[in-house]
Amino acid sequence: MKEVELKMLERAKALLERGEVARVIGWKKGDFCFDPTPASFESVDELKDFTYDWFCGANLSKYLIQMSKKDGKTAVFLKPCDTYSFNQLVKEHRIAREKVYVIAVECLGKLNIEAIKEKTDGIVESVSVVDKDVKVVTTSGEFTLYKPEVVLSKCAVCNKTHQVKDEEIIIHERPERDVNRFEEVEKLEAMTAEERFAFWKAQLSKCIRCNACRNVCPACSCIKCVFDNPQSGIAAKANDSDFEEQLFHIIRAFHVSGRCTDCGECSRVCPQNIPLHLLNRKFIKDIDNLYGEYQAGETSDGKTPLTSYSENDAEPTDVVNGEAK
Amino acid sequence: MIEETLIPKVGVITDVRKDTPDVKTFRVVGTDGKKLFQHMPGQCAMVSVPGVGECMFSITSSPTNEEYMEFSIKKCGCVTEVIHSLEVGAQITVRGPYGKNFPVEGEFKGKDLLFIAGGIGLAPLRSVINYVRHYRQNYGKVVIVYGARSKDDLVDINEIQTEWMNEENIEVYLTIDRPQEGWDGHVGFVPAYVKELGLDPNMTAVLCGPPIMIKFTLAGLLELGFQKSNVFTTLELRMKCGVGKCGRCNVGDKFVCKDGPVFRMTELDELPDEY
Amino acid sequence: MLKIAKENLNALYAKINETMGLFIPIKKAGEVNYHVWGEGKEVSIETLKTVKSPKNMFFPQTENMMKFKTDGKNLEIIDVRESFNERRSFVLFGVKACDYKAIEVLDKVFLADPVDSFYQDRRQRTTVVTLACSKPEESCFCGVFGIDATAPQGDVTTWLDNEYLYWQANTEKGENLTTLVKELMENGGETEVAAQQEATKAVLAKLPFAALDLSRFKPENLNDLFNDPAWEEMSEACLGCGTCTFVCPTCQCFDIRDFKTNEGVVRYRCWDSCMYSDFTLMAHGNSRTTQMQRFRQRFMHKLVYYPSQNDGLYSCVGCGRCVNKCPQRLNIVKVIKTLGGKNDD
Repeated sequence: MKEVELKMLERAKALLERGEVARVIGWKKGDFCFDPTPASFESVDELKDFTYDWFCGANLSKYLIQMSKKDGKTAVFLKPCDTYSFNQLVKEHRIAREKVYVIAVECLGKLNIEAIKEKTDGIVESVSVVDKDVKVVTTSGEFTLYKPEVVLSKCAVCNKTHQVKDEEIIIHERPERDVNRFEEVEKLEAMTAEERFAFWKAQLSKCIRCNACRNVCPACSCIKCVFDNPQSGIAAKANDSDFEEQLFHIIRAFHVSGRCTDCGECSRVCPQNIPLHLLNRKFIKDIDNLYGEYQAGETSDGKTPLTSYSENDAEPTDVVNGEAK
Repeated sequence: MIEETLIPKVGVITDVRKDTPDVKTFRVVGTDGKKLFQHMPGQCAMVSVPGVGECMFSITSSPTNEEYMEFSIKKCGCVTEVIHSLEVGAQITVRGPYGKNFPVEGEFKGKDLLFIAGGIGLAPLRSVINYVRHYRQNYGKVVIVYGARSKDDLVDINEIQTEWMNEENIEVYLTIDRPQEGWDGHVGFVPAYVKELGLDPNMTAVLCGPPIMIKFTLAGLLELGFQKSNVFTTLELRMKCGVGKCGRCNVGDKFVCKDGPVFRMTELDELPDEY
Repeated sequence: MLKIAKENLNALYAKINETMGLFIPIKKAGEVNYHVWGEGKEVSIETLKTVKSPKNMFFPQTENMMKFKTDGKNLEIIDVRESFNERRSFVLFGVKACDYKAIEVLDKVFLADPVDSFYQDRRQRTTVVTLACSKPEESCFCGVFGIDATAPQGDVTTWLDNEYLYWQANTEKGENLTTLVKELMENGGETEVAAQQEATKAVLAKLPFAALDLSRFKPENLNDLFNDPAWEEMSEACLGCGTCTFVCPTCQCFDIRDFKTNEGVVRYRCWDSCMYSDFTLMAHGNSRTTQMQRFRQRFMHKLVYYPSQNDGLYSCVGCGRCVNKCPQRLNIVKVIKTLGGKNDD
């Protein structure tokens, strides 16, 4: 990762020095080895805090909505999964494509500090990765963890490759992995309706309506969210009942279906660790089944299954359990 | 059961007066026909239509009115729109009074007073002007400068013309922004008019109106030699509780609902510019 | 001092639960928060930071305040507080020192004149049992605010080690609770507690945020801090979500709203966040239109405005929840480090 970071830094410096871009969006160092923050760098001097490490899980594509409105071009570092969100935002005319310079960067899976802390003792001092081993040094000693067990949920079954054409790439393509991203969804589908209801009720009743999932979501790019609009009649900051918690998340999942790229940010940011991505992934799976395989954000143009019509489309009345009869 | 300020009282609308195309004045009493509570000039109350929402309004009637309270309300949002549709007999909720009042029993006493209002800004000033008129002997000269977009936008022009303008020791200067048929008074913006009038800078001034009017009028007053410490105004921010707890109307270390809405200009100078 | 063996804690909870409600950190769907205790629940008092602080015991995320009934033109306000009398007392168990200090911060808001009777009612009914920390983590910085994590206040203070929970009543409420559960306990523990405190203090002193400099956060620097150009950069990555606000033990902003039901209108209050774009929105304008302004408001309130109104008491207690939970890793420590270090005096 250090090697990639140096390459990125070199590119950022060059772009800023030559005035090719007005700013670079990346990550800056935090207080620890595991808390980098998304940041924009406008000068070579500011790049002294630049970092790219195993904890840069944040998807930077949504910041481009605002950044591409500013004067000058914005360079951005996007991980493979982030490039899908980027394409989707371009497709929805939320980002002025010509004002963005994309540099695709290697990822190999980002780490989840909460999972690391749960499996170690003492105060985390450093974290390094060699292949599938995560070496954690804490005030209590050294721990070696198995990487797949401590990555972000979005990284566990990721098989994404960078999708942004025309621009540069700093990446060693990860080999195809034998992963089934629908495995967890299939487990939920195999449950009885009562079991499934109990699962979601327990998970969603933890919700504190902080809106982090919505605000971070690249597909939630409405200028004014219906839940924030006092004139909508359904504006709400709180859950009146358990049922409403479910309503909020289910409505949100419907709103982004067909556009959700499965970037997994919703689950990464949830302070209560609700596996929100499973709602979206269920819709993705259903869309695949009903309309043929489709991956939102693979391109920044073309038709989408839920916004185009063909005579062969499954009739809503014929759909049972996410499959056409 | 102990008192809870957030639980309002039921108020009955006993009169609705259409002052301007978008301002109506509502007269309110309790269900027993009596005044809901006592207040001092400049204080506010939370008025709500259950199911629609609750908003803070200044109490426009004078505390010296023992029978009822009045609220002059401009139609500008969801709640005010519904309030404007209410008729005599409708029931609403009212709670208060909230906030600090003008120092009518303190430093205003014995002073010459200058009131400058723009548009709906007259609402909080009407309370203090009528209080001063009631205890006339306690105060010096009273000068009122009031302006609006047009003659139809002057709030409660009837009371101004039939009562205030006919009283000794009260000078009233009215102005409208643009010439209009049927108006033979002054035409021009309030800040310019104030400078033209060449007012005595030893008066204590109270300003109320849109922020832009306040800004330019204040500059005019300072040019005339007024001291900032002798100029008062009121602030208006979003409020939910009215008692400094919900956090909404926080500006610097003040809450407008509790520490305001009346502020001395020198106090505002110390606050961050975020109101 | 009294003590009870760790394996008998369930009996202690059951005993308390016979006469009072018991709110205690419980793991549900993978996360630990304060919940009502019951047999078979997965209690986890040693969890250092519950996701939500215990503030929602006194100031719930949502609470119905009154109801309205309309009959023709007649409007009736129904005071739902009548049901208060039917509610029993409860014990809030396992509160850490930072969260206990946060209750003091909230008291100064809700119990200030005019008293908030909804908050006061719950506060009066509650006996708070605190638990000293023995394993502080890197995001903890309560010491910066003068809080001793090894000796929290409260009606009862407890300490936990591998074998025992040690118990010390501090107030009359605490004594009453002790009388109730004394039969399950034995005397002793002073030496063990003192040893644990000493060991923990050594860890606390070496925490990465132990020496944060607050000296610039004074009322006289209010405008300087407000106008500091650093806010722009500090707030750049802020999503405008309410995570920091809702996990914060001292954030107390609320909204009051109405909703229509089949039985009339219910007026409720709910947590609100100054980070939200509609927080200050009025029909004719908004005093804070940018996320920078909203971000600045939150931290200025904690570090300058609130202390200015409350004799220098900060409304941050160093619990570190925002450090752990901000989706983009912004937090009050980064603000303190950026602004606190620029002391122009």
